[in-house]
Amino acid sequence: MVEFTLPKNSKITEGKTWNKPRGKGDWREFRVYRWCPETQDNPRVDTYAVNLEDCGPMVLDALIKIKSDIDPTLTFRRSCREGICGSCAMNIDGSNTLACTRGMDEIRGTVKIYPLPHQQVVKDLVPDLTNFFAQHRSIQPWLQTETTEPPNEWKQSREDREKLDGLYECILCACCSTSCPSYWWNPDRYLGPAVLLQAYRWVIDSRDEATGERLDNLEDPFRLYRCHTILNCSKACPKGLNPARAIAELKKMMIERRY
Amino acid sequence: MANAKLQTGRPLSPHLQIYRPMLTMMMSIAHRITGAALYFGTLALAWWLIAAATGPEYFNFVNGLAGTLIGKLLLFGYTWALIHHMIGGIRHFIWDTGRGFDLSVVEFMARASLAASLGLTVLIWAIALIAPGGL
Repeated sequence: MVEFTLPKNSKITEGKTWNKPRGKGDWREFRVYRWCPETQDNPRVDTYAVNLEDCGPMVLDALIKIKSDIDPTLTFRRSCREGICGSCAMNIDGSNTLACTRGMDEIRGTVKIYPLPHQQVVKDLVPDLTNFFAQHRSIQPWLQTETTEPPNEWKQSREDREKLDGLYECILCACCSTSCPSYWWNPDRYLGPAVLLQAYRWVIDSRDEATGERLDNLEDPFRLYRCHTILNCSKACPKGLNPARAIAELKKMMIERRY
Repeated sequence: MANAKLQTGRPLSPHLQIYRPMLTMMMSIAHRITGAALYFGTLALAWWLIAAATGPEYFNFVNGLAGTLIGKLLLFGYTWALIHHMIGGIRHFIWDTGRGFDLSVVEFMARASLAASLGLTVLIWAIALIAPGGL
């Protein structure tokens, strides 16, 4: 349901300033969303100062520096630090991206960091993505076949393999889905861009034989058709993929199969 | 999911409040708002037509309302809503064919349709104001 404002317990208050710029250097201000489940307090935004001359180039480097040097209670997910695990997805400078691949030189002025939008917050920058992964499971993201298994691998022509380019690279970081206003208002019924891109990835896989069932599963006013081509998804994707196009292709297939 | 937040006491992370407004997103909202505005504009148009069918006295009254400054401003807004929504519809039609999803094209189409809707609206009103026997 459309709710433009935040619930009472989610309204953001001004937090504390942990440190100020000290001495020479390229100091940058960071404003970071904080919420601790062990208190009854509302979320707040804390302020930190980081000397970029003494820090790696990416936003994740700054977060790690804050955690190790200034405030060990700051909580965020991270793992590969090279844009392949999708753990450090968050809202940086007003749009969703991976902290490890967003350079600080790409952001002017204060760096504002929030968790992925319109999600239940577990702690600080950690959102609860249970619903997101449950939806991914619902589209059965694995190869389904009827014919007898070949003695070796399922083969595919080069052309058919190329159809998966721009789809298989998705790392399920949820940047796109949580950037989508349609997904904000209907997270329980609309599958969202990431899951629909994955659905399309299996629909057009030449080896998969459950295409009809997969499309049947999407024939629903909400699951697929809540996409209104707002395009926040394609703009947010840190891997340069285009979920909006994949969704348009799905909508096209839905029409084409009727004739 | 709406109930989950009540159960866990977890806050909902900010969304509209913090997401950077982008032209494409704004155009999507504008498409919806203009679409809704067209309902009211069409009602007004129907009122005007009914007035015309009712008789000269009532028609003069309704037509007079449309001729006032506020009436003209509303008509100008209705013209823009109509043109903007129509061009937006064409944009969506292009997307429905699977074309126009490259980010550069997306940006271009957003700017072009905004410019075209404003330009066409002004043009229509310029003609209406200048044309002999016009407003």
